[in-house]
Amino acid sequence: MDFYLTALLQGLCFAGIAFGIYISMKIFNIPDITTDGSYTLGGVVTGAMLTHNQPGYLILPAVLLAGALAGALTGIIHTKLKINALLAGILVMTALYSVNLTILGRSNLPLLNLPTLFSVANLITDVNQNSLIILMGFVLILTTLIGYLLKTDFGIAMRATGNSEPMIRALGVNTDRMKITGLAIANALTALSGYLIVQLQGFADISMGIGIVIVGLGSVIIAETIINWLRITSVWLSLVLVMAGAVIFQFVLALTLNIGVDANLLKLVTAVFVLLIVGLPRLTGRQA
Amino acid sequence: MIELNNIHKTFNTSKPNEVIAINKVNLQINEGDFVVIVGSNGSGKTTLLNLVAGNILPDSGTITIDGNNVTRLPEYQRSKWIARIFQNPLSGTAADLSIIDNFRLAALRTKNKGLSIGKNEQFKKLVRDKIATLGMGLEDKVEQPIGTLSGGQRQALTLLMSVMDTCKILLLDEPTAALDPRSAENVLRIADDLIKEYKLTAIMVTHNLKDAGNYGSRIIQMGEGAVLKDIAGKEKDSLQQNELYSWFG
Repeated sequence: MDFYLTALLQGLCFAGIAFGIYISMKIFNIPDITTDGSYTLGGVVTGAMLTHNQPGYLILPAVLLAGALAGALTGIIHTKLKINALLAGILVMTALYSVNLTILGRSNLPLLNLPTLFSVANLITDVNQNSLIILMGFVLILTTLIGYLLKTDFGIAMRATGNSEPMIRALGVNTDRMKITGLAIANALTALSGYLIVQLQGFADISMGIGIVIVGLGSVIIAETIINWLRITSVWLSLVLVMAGAVIFQFVLALTLNIGVDANLLKLVTAVFVLLIVGLPRLTGRQA
Repeated sequence: MIELNNIHKTFNTSKPNEVIAINKVNLQINEGDFVVIVGSNGSGKTTLLNLVAGNILPDSGTITIDGNNVTRLPEYQRSKWIARIFQNPLSGTAADLSIIDNFRLAALRTKNKGLSIGKNEQFKKLVRDKIATLGMGLEDKVEQPIGTLSGGQRQALTLLMSVMDTCKILLLDEPTAALDPRSAENVLRIADDLIKEYKLTAIMVTHNLKDAGNYGSRIIQMGEGAVLKDIAGKEKDSLQQNELYSWFG
Protein backbone atom coordinates (compact mmCIF):
# COMPACT_ATOMS: atom_id res chain seq x y z
CA MET A 1 0.00 0.00 0.00
CA ASP A 2 2.82 2.34 0.95
CA PHE A 3 4.26 1.64 -2.45
CA TYR A 4 1.24 3.12 -4.17
CA LEU A 5 1.04 6.00 -1.72
CA THR A 6 4.58 6.93 -2.75
CA ALA A 7 3.50 6.74 -6.39
CA LEU A 8 0.56 9.02 -5.64
CA LEU A 9 2.85 11.51 -3.87
CA GLN A 10 5.31 11.49 -6.77
CA GLY A 11 2.49 11.83 -9.27
CA LEU A 12 1.19 14.92 -7.49
CA CYS A 13 4.70 16.38 -7.42
CA PHE A 14 4.94 15.82 -11.18
CA ALA A 15 1.66 17.70 -11.78
CA GLY A 16 3.82 20.82 -12.25
CA ILE A 17 5.76 19.25 -15.13
CA ALA A 18 2.52 17.96 -16.61
CA PHE A 19 0.96 21.45 -16.52
CA GLY A 20 4.17 22.89 -17.95
CA ILE A 21 4.19 20.48 -20.89
CA TYR A 22 0.45 21.00 -21.34
CA ILE A 23 1.05 24.74 -21.72
CA SER A 24 4.07 24.51 -24.03
CA MET A 25 2.94 21.54 -26.12
CA LYS A 26 -0.86 21.73 -26.20
CA ILE A 27 -1.51 25.45 -25.78
CA PHE A 28 1.46 26.96 -27.59
CA ASN A 29 2.20 24.04 -29.91
CA ILE A 30 5.90 24.34 -29.11
CA PRO A 31 7.95 21.20 -28.40
CA ASP A 32 9.90 22.48 -25.41
CA ILE A 33 12.47 20.22 -23.80
CA THR A 34 14.08 22.79 -21.55
CA THR A 35 12.15 20.68 -19.02
CA ASP A 36 15.03 18.36 -18.05
CA GLY A 37 17.14 21.38 -17.11
CA SER A 38 14.48 23.57 -15.50
CA TYR A 39 13.18 20.68 -13.38
CA THR A 40 16.67 20.07 -11.98
CA LEU A 41 17.12 23.83 -11.63
CA GLY A 42 14.04 23.98 -9.43
CA GLY A 43 15.42 21.10 -7.38
CA VAL A 44 18.93 22.47 -6.91
CA VAL A 45 17.73 25.98 -6.06
CA THR A 46 15.50 24.42 -3.39
CA GLY A 47 18.33 22.23 -2.08
CA ALA A 48 20.90 25.03 -1.99
CA MET A 49 18.52 27.48 -0.30
CA LEU A 50 17.36 24.92 2.26
CA THR A 51 20.91 24.03 3.28
CA HIS A 52 21.70 27.74 3.55
CA ASN A 53 18.75 28.03 5.93
CA GLN A 54 16.74 30.38 3.76
CA PRO A 55 13.11 30.86 4.83
CA GLY A 56 10.47 28.84 3.00
CA TYR A 57 8.59 31.90 1.77
CA LEU A 58 11.67 32.94 -0.21
CA ILE A 59 12.43 29.53 -1.69
CA LEU A 60 9.19 29.13 -3.64
CA PRO A 61 9.38 32.50 -5.45
CA ALA A 62 13.07 31.92 -6.15
CA VAL A 63 12.32 28.53 -7.73
CA LEU A 64 9.51 29.97 -9.86
CA LEU A 65 11.72 32.84 -10.98
CA ALA A 66 14.62 30.53 -11.86
CA GLY A 67 12.37 28.27 -13.91
CA ALA A 68 10.74 31.27 -15.61
CA LEU A 69 14.14 32.68 -16.57
CA ALA A 70 15.18 29.35 -18.11
CA GLY A 71 11.92 29.18 -20.10
CA ALA A 72 12.13 32.81 -21.17
CA LEU A 73 15.66 32.18 -22.43
CA THR A 74 14.45 29.29 -24.60
CA GLY A 75 11.61 31.53 -25.79
CA ILE A 76 13.95 34.39 -26.70
CA ILE A 77 16.31 32.07 -28.59
CA HIS A 78 13.35 30.54 -30.42
CA THR A 79 11.50 33.74 -31.34
CA LYS A 80 14.17 36.41 -31.67
CA LEU A 81 16.92 34.32 -33.26
CA LYS A 82 14.36 32.21 -35.18
CA ILE A 83 15.95 28.98 -34.01
CA ASN A 84 13.93 25.77 -34.00
CA ALA A 85 12.21 25.38 -30.64
CA LEU A 86 13.62 21.89 -30.06
CA LEU A 87 17.17 23.09 -30.61
CA ALA A 88 16.59 26.18 -28.44
CA GLY A 89 15.37 23.90 -25.65
CA ILE A 90 18.34 21.55 -26.01
CA LEU A 91 20.77 24.49 -25.88
CA VAL A 92 19.28 25.90 -22.69
CA MET A 93 18.96 22.45 -21.14
CA THR A 94 22.63 21.71 -21.85
CA ALA A 95 23.77 25.04 -20.47
CA LEU A 96 21.62 24.54 -17.39
CA TYR A 97 23.53 21.37 -16.46
CA SER A 98 26.59 23.47 -15.65
CA VAL A 99 24.48 26.11 -13.94
CA ASN A 100 22.80 23.46 -11.82
CA LEU A 101 26.11 21.87 -10.88
CA THR A 102 27.47 25.26 -9.84
CA ILE A 103 24.42 26.02 -7.70
CA LEU A 104 24.49 22.59 -6.08
CA GLY A 105 28.28 22.64 -5.61
CA ARG A 106 28.37 18.83 -5.75
CA SER A 107 26.49 16.11 -7.58
CA ASN A 108 24.24 15.09 -4.70
CA LEU A 109 22.99 17.12 -1.77
CA PRO A 110 21.13 15.40 1.08
CA LEU A 111 18.58 17.50 2.97
CA LEU A 112 18.43 15.64 6.24
CA ASN A 113 16.67 17.19 9.21
CA LEU A 114 15.95 20.45 7.40
CA PRO A 115 12.56 22.12 7.70
CA THR A 116 10.76 21.53 4.36
CA LEU A 117 7.34 22.24 2.92
CA PHE A 118 6.23 18.87 4.23
CA SER A 119 7.28 19.57 7.80
CA VAL A 120 5.58 22.98 8.12
CA ALA A 121 2.40 21.39 9.41
CA ASN A 122 2.01 18.11 11.24
CA LEU A 123 -1.63 17.35 10.73
CA ILE A 124 -1.37 13.62 11.30
CA THR A 125 1.39 11.42 12.66
CA ASP A 126 1.99 9.31 9.56
CA VAL A 127 4.66 11.19 7.61
CA ASN A 128 3.54 10.06 4.17
CA GLN A 129 -0.12 10.78 4.77
CA ASN A 130 0.79 14.17 6.19
CA SER A 131 2.77 14.88 3.02
CA LEU A 132 -0.19 13.75 0.95
CA ILE A 133 -2.53 16.26 2.58
CA ILE A 134 -0.08 19.14 2.15
CA LEU A 135 0.65 18.11 -1.43
CA MET A 136 -3.02 17.81 -2.34
CA GLY A 137 -3.67 21.29 -1.00
CA PHE A 138 -0.70 22.62 -2.92
CA VAL A 139 -1.73 21.01 -6.22
CA LEU A 140 -5.33 22.12 -5.74
CA ILE A 141 -4.23 25.75 -5.39
CA LEU A 142 -1.94 25.34 -8.41
CA THR A 143 -4.69 23.87 -10.59
CA THR A 144 -7.07 26.65 -9.55
CA LEU A 145 -4.53 29.35 -10.40
CA ILE A 146 -3.74 27.91 -13.84
CA GLY A 147 -7.42 27.34 -14.55
CA TYR A 148 -8.17 30.93 -13.67
CA LEU A 149 -5.27 32.17 -15.82
CA LEU A 150 -6.54 30.27 -18.85
CA LYS A 151 -10.01 31.74 -18.39
CA THR A 152 -8.81 35.34 -18.35
CA ASP A 153 -8.53 37.51 -21.44
CA PHE A 154 -4.76 36.96 -21.31
CA GLY A 155 -5.34 33.21 -21.14
CA ILE A 156 -7.62 33.25 -24.19
CA ALA A 157 -4.95 35.20 -26.08
CA MET A 158 -2.40 32.56 -24.98
CA ARG A 159 -4.56 29.76 -26.33
CA ALA A 160 -5.16 31.61 -29.59
CA THR A 161 -1.41 32.17 -30.09
CA GLY A 162 -0.82 28.44 -30.41
CA ASN A 163 -3.94 28.02 -32.50
CA SER A 164 -3.91 30.75 -35.14
CA GLU A 165 -0.94 33.09 -35.19
CA PRO A 166 -2.07 35.29 -38.11
CA MET A 167 -5.39 35.89 -36.36
CA ILE A 168 -4.00 36.80 -32.98
CA ARG A 169 -1.35 39.11 -34.48
CA ALA A 170 -4.08 40.90 -36.41
CA LEU A 171 -5.90 41.24 -33.08
CA GLY A 172 -3.04 43.17 -31.55
CA VAL A 173 -0.98 40.52 -29.75
CA ASN A 174 2.81 40.47 -29.90
CA THR A 175 3.12 36.74 -30.51
CA ASP A 176 6.88 36.66 -29.78
CA ARG A 177 6.35 38.14 -26.36
CA MET A 178 3.40 35.83 -25.77
CA LYS A 179 5.48 32.74 -26.58
CA ILE A 180 8.32 33.89 -24.33
CA THR A 181 5.85 34.46 -21.49
CA GLY A 182 4.23 31.09 -22.14
CA LEU A 183 7.52 29.21 -22.03
CA ALA A 184 8.45 31.12 -18.87
CA ILE A 185 5.21 30.01 -17.20
CA ALA A 186 5.66 26.43 -18.43
CA ASN A 187 9.19 26.16 -17.07
CA ALA A 188 8.32 27.89 -13.79
CA LEU A 189 5.75 25.12 -13.31
CA THR A 190 8.35 22.51 -14.22
CA ALA A 191 10.80 23.98 -11.70
CA LEU A 192 7.99 23.76 -9.16
CA SER A 193 7.96 19.97 -9.64
CA GLY A 194 11.68 19.92 -8.88
CA TYR A 195 10.99 22.00 -5.77
CA LEU A 196 8.38 19.53 -4.56
CA ILE A 197 10.19 16.30 -5.37
CA VAL A 198 13.46 17.39 -3.74
CA GLN A 199 11.64 18.12 -0.50
CA LEU A 200 9.63 14.92 -0.74
CA GLN A 201 12.58 12.61 -1.26
CA GLY A 202 14.98 14.58 0.91
CA PHE A 203 17.84 15.17 -1.53
CA ALA A 204 18.76 17.09 -4.65
CA ASP A 205 20.69 15.33 -7.40
CA ILE A 206 22.31 16.71 -10.53
CA SER A 207 20.94 13.85 -12.64
CA MET A 208 17.40 13.95 -11.26
CA GLY A 209 16.09 15.60 -14.44
CA ILE A 210 17.49 13.21 -17.03
CA GLY A 211 14.63 12.07 -19.24
CA ILE A 212 12.03 13.72 -17.00
CA VAL A 213 10.35 15.37 -20.00
CA ILE A 214 8.79 11.99 -20.78
CA VAL A 215 6.87 12.17 -17.49
CA GLY A 216 5.23 15.40 -18.60
CA LEU A 217 4.60 14.17 -22.14
CA GLY A 218 3.16 10.90 -20.89
CA SER A 219 0.83 12.69 -18.45
CA VAL A 220 -0.42 15.10 -21.09
CA ILE A 221 -0.93 12.31 -23.63
CA ILE A 222 -2.90 10.22 -21.11
CA ALA A 223 -5.02 13.29 -20.40
CA GLU A 224 -5.44 14.08 -24.09
CA THR A 225 -6.57 10.54 -24.85
CA ILE A 226 -9.30 10.84 -22.23
CA ILE A 227 -10.17 14.39 -23.36
CA ASN A 228 -10.64 13.27 -26.98
CA TRP A 229 -12.44 10.13 -25.93
CA LEU A 230 -14.99 11.99 -23.80
CA ARG A 231 -15.00 15.09 -26.06
CA ILE A 232 -14.20 17.42 -23.21
CA THR A 233 -13.96 21.14 -23.97
CA SER A 234 -13.92 22.51 -20.41
CA VAL A 235 -10.59 24.05 -19.43
CA TRP A 236 -11.03 23.05 -15.78
CA LEU A 237 -11.75 19.42 -16.55
CA SER A 238 -8.80 19.29 -18.94
CA LEU A 239 -6.47 20.55 -16.22
CA VAL A 240 -7.79 18.05 -13.70
CA LEU A 241 -7.20 15.30 -16.25
CA VAL A 242 -3.64 16.48 -16.89
CA MET A 243 -3.02 16.28 -13.15
CA ALA A 244 -4.66 12.86 -13.04
CA GLY A 245 -2.47 11.87 -16.00
CA ALA A 246 0.64 12.58 -13.92
CA VAL A 247 -0.68 10.35 -11.12
CA ILE A 248 -1.78 7.55 -13.47
CA PHE A 249 1.66 7.62 -15.05
CA GLN A 250 3.37 7.05 -11.71
CA PHE A 251 0.89 4.31 -10.81
CA VAL A 252 1.69 2.42 -13.97
CA LEU A 253 5.41 2.65 -13.22
CA ALA A 254 4.82 1.53 -9.62
CA LEU A 255 2.75 -1.36 -10.90
CA THR A 256 5.47 -2.52 -13.30
CA LEU A 257 8.05 -2.44 -10.51
CA ASN A 258 5.65 -4.22 -8.22
CA ILE A 259 5.13 -7.12 -10.59
CA GLY A 260 8.87 -7.69 -10.55
CA VAL A 261 10.23 -5.84 -13.59
CA ASP A 262 13.93 -5.04 -13.16
CA ALA A 263 14.34 -1.41 -12.00
CA ASN A 264 17.12 -0.96 -14.56
CA LEU A 265 14.52 -1.40 -17.26
CA LEU A 266 12.31 1.38 -15.88
CA LYS A 267 13.16 3.95 -18.58
CA LEU A 268 12.50 1.35 -21.26
CA VAL A 269 9.16 0.52 -19.68
CA THR A 270 8.38 4.25 -19.51
CA ALA A 271 9.13 4.74 -23.20
CA VAL A 272 7.10 1.69 -24.22
CA PHE A 273 4.20 2.83 -22.05
CA VAL A 274 4.14 6.28 -23.65
CA LEU A 275 4.39 4.67 -27.08
CA LEU A 276 1.41 2.50 -26.22
CA ILE A 277 -0.83 5.35 -25.11
CA VAL A 278 0.12 7.39 -28.19
CA GLY A 279 -0.14 4.46 -30.56
CA LEU A 280 -3.14 2.52 -29.33
CA PRO A 281 -5.86 5.10 -30.12
CA ARG A 282 -4.50 5.36 -33.69
CA LEU A 283 -4.39 1.60 -34.17
CA THR A 284 -7.92 1.10 -32.89
CA GLY A 285 -9.04 4.14 -34.87
CA ARG A 286 -7.85 2.49 -38.08
CA GLN A 287 -10.02 -0.54 -37.48
CA ALA A 288 -13.13 1.52 -36.86
CA MET B 1 -6.92 58.05 -44.10
CA ILE B 2 -4.19 55.82 -45.61
CA GLU B 3 -1.27 57.31 -47.50
CA LEU B 4 1.44 55.41 -49.29
CA ASN B 5 4.37 57.56 -50.38
CA ASN B 6 6.90 56.20 -52.84
CA ILE B 7 6.60 52.67 -51.47
CA HIS B 8 9.09 50.16 -52.80
CA LYS B 9 9.35 46.48 -51.98
CA THR B 10 11.67 43.88 -53.48
CA PHE B 11 11.71 40.22 -52.50
CA ASN B 12 14.88 38.08 -52.64
CA THR B 13 17.08 41.13 -53.26
CA SER B 14 20.17 40.41 -55.40
CA LYS B 15 19.32 36.75 -55.83
CA PRO B 16 18.44 35.10 -59.16
CA ASN B 17 14.76 35.03 -58.16
CA GLU B 18 14.61 38.73 -57.29
CA VAL B 19 11.10 40.15 -57.66
CA ILE B 20 10.11 43.80 -57.53
CA ALA B 21 6.71 43.38 -55.89
CA ILE B 22 5.85 47.05 -55.41
CA ASN B 23 7.53 49.66 -57.56
CA LYS B 24 7.45 53.24 -56.20
CA VAL B 25 3.73 53.31 -55.52
CA ASN B 26 1.95 56.48 -54.39
CA LEU B 27 -1.58 56.00 -53.20
CA GLN B 28 -3.99 58.00 -51.13
CA ILE B 29 -7.10 56.36 -49.73
CA ASN B 30 -9.69 58.67 -48.22
CA GLU B 31 -11.88 58.04 -45.24
CA GLY B 32 -14.93 56.01 -46.23
CA ASP B 33 -13.44 54.75 -49.48
CA PHE B 34 -14.19 51.14 -50.35
CA VAL B 35 -11.30 50.30 -52.65
CA VAL B 36 -11.35 47.13 -54.71
CA ILE B 37 -7.96 46.02 -56.04
CA VAL B 38 -7.79 43.75 -59.06
CA GLY B 39 -4.82 42.45 -61.00
CA SER B 40 -3.33 39.25 -62.28
CA ASN B 41 -1.22 36.92 -60.14
CA GLY B 42 2.06 38.52 -59.14
CA SER B 43 0.82 42.05 -59.84
CA GLY B 44 1.54 43.08 -56.25
CA LYS B 45 -2.00 43.53 -54.96
CA THR B 46 -1.66 41.19 -51.99
CA THR B 47 1.77 42.65 -51.17
CA LEU B 48 0.19 46.10 -51.17
CA LEU B 49 -2.46 44.90 -48.72
CA ASN B 50 0.19 43.29 -46.50
CA LEU B 51 2.21 46.51 -46.53
CA VAL B 52 -0.80 48.39 -45.20
CA ALA B 53 -1.46 45.65 -42.63
CA GLY B 54 2.16 45.62 -41.50
CA ASN B 55 3.11 41.98 -41.85
CA ILE B 56 5.45 43.10 -44.64
CA LEU B 57 7.60 46.20 -44.14
CA PRO B 58 8.62 48.32 -47.17
CA ASP B 59 12.24 48.77 -48.35
CA SER B 60 11.67 52.49 -48.81
CA GLY B 61 8.86 55.04 -48.69
CA THR B 62 6.46 55.95 -45.93
CA ILE B 63 3.01 54.78 -44.90
CA THR B 64 0.72 56.95 -42.80
CA ILE B 65 -2.58 55.95 -41.26
CA ASP B 66 -4.87 58.63 -39.87
CA GLY B 67 -1.92 61.04 -39.84
CA ASN B 68 0.41 58.66 -37.97
CA ASN B 69 3.59 57.42 -39.58
CA VAL B 70 3.27 53.65 -39.28
CA THR B 71 5.98 52.65 -41.78
CA ARG B 72 8.02 50.66 -39.22
CA LEU B 73 5.16 49.63 -36.97
CA PRO B 74 4.60 45.85 -36.75
CA GLU B 75 1.22 44.33 -37.53
CA TYR B 76 0.11 43.88 -33.93
CA GLN B 77 0.55 47.60 -33.27
CA ARG B 78 -1.41 48.65 -36.35
CA SER B 79 -4.34 46.59 -35.13
CA LYS B 80 -5.67 49.64 -33.29
CA TRP B 81 -6.87 50.93 -36.66
CA ILE B 82 -7.00 47.84 -38.81
CA ALA B 83 -9.11 44.70 -38.81
CA ARG B 84 -8.30 41.94 -41.29
CA ILE B 85 -10.20 39.28 -43.16
CA PHE B 86 -7.96 36.58 -44.57
CA GLN B 87 -8.31 34.55 -47.74
CA ASN B 88 -8.20 31.37 -45.68
CA PRO B 89 -11.13 31.27 -43.23
CA LEU B 90 -8.87 29.20 -40.94
CA SER B 91 -6.42 32.08 -40.53
CA GLY B 92 -8.94 34.61 -39.31
CA THR B 93 -10.22 32.54 -36.40
CA ALA B 94 -8.71 30.24 -33.78
CA ALA B 95 -10.30 26.88 -34.63
CA ASP B 96 -10.02 25.15 -31.25
CA LEU B 97 -11.38 28.13 -29.34
CA SER B 98 -15.11 28.61 -28.90
CA ILE B 99 -17.00 31.24 -30.87
CA ILE B 100 -17.32 33.27 -27.69
CA ASP B 101 -13.56 33.13 -27.02
CA ASN B 102 -12.85 34.28 -30.57
CA PHE B 103 -15.25 37.18 -30.14
CA ARG B 104 -13.74 38.06 -26.77
CA LEU B 105 -10.32 38.47 -28.37
CA ALA B 106 -11.81 40.47 -31.23
CA ALA B 107 -13.51 42.77 -28.72
CA LEU B 108 -10.05 43.48 -27.28
CA ARG B 109 -8.27 44.12 -30.59
CA THR B 110 -7.25 47.65 -29.61
CA LYS B 111 -7.01 46.93 -25.90
CA ASN B 112 -4.84 45.11 -23.40
CA LYS B 113 -5.59 41.43 -22.84
CA GLY B 114 -5.37 41.44 -19.08
CA LEU B 115 -5.67 39.10 -16.15
CA SER B 116 -9.38 39.50 -15.57
CA ILE B 117 -12.21 37.36 -16.83
CA GLY B 118 -14.09 39.45 -19.38
CA LYS B 119 -16.16 36.62 -20.78
CA ASN B 120 -19.17 37.16 -18.52
CA GLU B 121 -22.89 36.67 -19.10
CA GLN B 122 -23.32 40.25 -20.25
CA PHE B 123 -20.64 39.82 -22.89
CA LYS B 124 -22.11 36.49 -24.01
CA LYS B 125 -25.50 38.11 -24.48
CA LEU B 126 -23.96 40.92 -26.50
CA VAL B 127 -22.25 38.39 -28.79
CA ARG B 128 -25.38 36.27 -29.16
CA ASP B 129 -27.39 39.34 -30.15
CA LYS B 130 -24.74 40.40 -32.68
CA ILE B 131 -24.53 36.93 -34.19
CA ALA B 132 -28.30 36.71 -34.41
CA THR B 133 -28.24 39.64 -36.88
CA LEU B 134 -26.51 37.34 -39.37
CA GLY B 135 -29.60 35.14 -39.46
CA MET B 136 -27.47 32.00 -39.68
CA GLY B 137 -28.75 30.40 -36.47
CA LEU B 138 -25.28 30.47 -34.93
CA GLU B 139 -26.31 32.41 -31.82
CA ASP B 140 -27.10 29.17 -29.95
CA LYS B 141 -23.72 27.68 -30.73
CA VAL B 142 -21.43 30.27 -29.11
CA GLU B 143 -19.77 27.70 -26.83
CA GLN B 144 -18.84 25.47 -29.77
CA PRO B 145 -15.29 25.46 -31.15
CA ILE B 146 -15.37 27.79 -34.14
CA GLY B 147 -13.53 25.12 -36.15
CA THR B 148 -16.70 23.04 -36.29
CA LEU B 149 -18.34 25.65 -38.56
CA SER B 150 -18.15 25.85 -42.34
CA GLY B 151 -15.80 28.23 -44.14
CA GLY B 152 -18.65 30.58 -45.05
CA GLN B 153 -19.93 30.72 -41.48
CA ARG B 154 -16.44 31.36 -40.16
CA GLN B 155 -15.80 34.11 -42.68
CA ALA B 156 -19.13 35.76 -41.79
CA LEU B 157 -18.24 35.62 -38.09
CA THR B 158 -14.76 37.02 -38.78
CA LEU B 159 -16.43 40.01 -40.44
CA LEU B 160 -18.62 40.53 -37.42
CA MET B 161 -15.59 40.14 -35.14
CA SER B 162 -13.87 43.03 -36.93
CA VAL B 163 -16.48 45.50 -35.66
CA MET B 164 -16.50 44.17 -32.08
CA ASP B 165 -13.92 46.82 -31.24
CA THR B 166 -13.43 50.30 -32.72
CA CYS B 167 -12.40 49.77 -36.30
CA LYS B 168 -11.44 52.33 -38.92
CA ILE B 169 -9.93 50.22 -41.67
CA LEU B 170 -11.03 46.84 -42.93
CA LEU B 171 -8.63 44.83 -45.11
CA LEU B 172 -10.10 41.95 -47.08
CA ASP B 173 -7.70 39.62 -48.86
CA GLU B 174 -9.75 37.60 -51.36
CA PRO B 175 -12.29 36.92 -48.61
CA THR B 176 -14.45 34.64 -50.74
CA ALA B 177 -11.78 32.69 -52.64
CA ALA B 178 -12.33 29.55 -50.55
CA LEU B 179 -16.13 29.71 -50.53
CA ASP B 180 -18.93 28.34 -52.69
CA PRO B 181 -20.82 30.94 -54.78
CA ARG B 182 -23.76 31.33 -52.42
CA SER B 183 -21.61 31.66 -49.27
CA ALA B 184 -19.35 34.06 -51.16
CA GLU B 185 -22.28 36.29 -52.07
CA ASN B 186 -23.54 36.19 -48.50
CA VAL B 187 -20.14 37.12 -47.04
CA LEU B 188 -19.70 40.02 -49.45
CA ARG B 189 -23.16 41.34 -48.68
CA ILE B 190 -22.37 41.25 -44.94
CA ALA B 191 -19.06 43.00 -45.58
CA ASP B 192 -20.74 45.70 -47.65
CA ASP B 193 -23.41 46.24 -44.98
CA LEU B 194 -20.85 46.51 -42.18
CA ILE B 195 -18.65 48.89 -44.18
CA LYS B 196 -21.65 51.18 -44.71
CA GLU B 197 -23.04 50.85 -41.19
CA TYR B 198 -19.74 51.53 -39.43
CA LYS B 199 -18.46 53.94 -42.11
CA LEU B 200 -15.28 51.92 -42.54
CA THR B 201 -12.47 52.58 -44.94
CA ALA B 202 -12.02 49.29 -46.75
CA ILE B 203 -9.57 47.70 -49.15
CA MET B 204 -10.51 44.44 -50.82
CA VAL B 205 -8.30 42.35 -53.05
CA THR B 206 -10.24 40.11 -55.40
CA HIS B 207 -9.91 37.98 -58.50
CA ASN B 208 -13.63 38.02 -59.10
CA LEU B 209 -14.36 40.77 -61.62
CA LYS B 210 -18.10 40.50 -61.06
CA ASP B 211 -17.60 41.35 -57.37
CA ALA B 212 -15.15 44.07 -58.33
CA GLY B 213 -17.86 45.61 -60.48
CA ASN B 214 -20.67 45.23 -57.95
CA TYR B 215 -18.91 46.35 -54.80
CA GLY B 216 -16.77 49.28 -53.76
CA SER B 217 -16.59 52.97 -54.47
CA ARG B 218 -13.24 52.87 -56.20
CA ILE B 219 -11.38 50.32 -58.29
CA ILE B 220 -7.64 49.99 -58.74
CA GLN B 221 -5.90 47.74 -61.21
CA MET B 222 -2.37 46.67 -60.31
CA GLY B 223 0.25 45.31 -62.69
CA GLU B 224 3.96 44.61 -62.21
CA GLY B 225 3.97 46.33 -58.85
CA ALA B 226 2.39 49.58 -60.05
CA VAL B 227 -1.07 51.14 -60.15
CA LEU B 228 -2.31 50.83 -63.74
CA LYS B 229 -5.85 52.16 -63.37
CA ASP B 230 -7.60 54.04 -60.60
CA ILE B 231 -11.27 54.78 -61.11
CA ALA B 232 -13.63 56.18 -58.48
CA GLY B 233 -17.09 57.64 -57.93
CA LYS B 234 -19.69 57.80 -60.71
CA GLU B 235 -17.20 56.61 -63.25
CA LYS B 236 -16.70 53.42 -61.19
CA ASP B 237 -20.46 52.93 -60.87
CA SER B 238 -20.96 53.16 -64.60
CA LEU B 239 -18.10 50.79 -65.31
CA GLN B 240 -19.39 47.91 -67.43
CA GLN B 241 -18.50 44.29 -66.76
CA ASN B 242 -17.03 43.72 -70.22
CA GLU B 243 -14.94 46.84 -69.84
CA LEU B 244 -13.40 45.31 -66.75
CA TYR B 245 -12.72 42.08 -68.60
CA SER B 246 -11.02 44.01 -71.36
CA TRP B 247 -8.42 45.26 -68.83
CA PHE B 248 -7.12 41.74 -68.67
CA GLY B 249 -7.25 41.16 -72.42
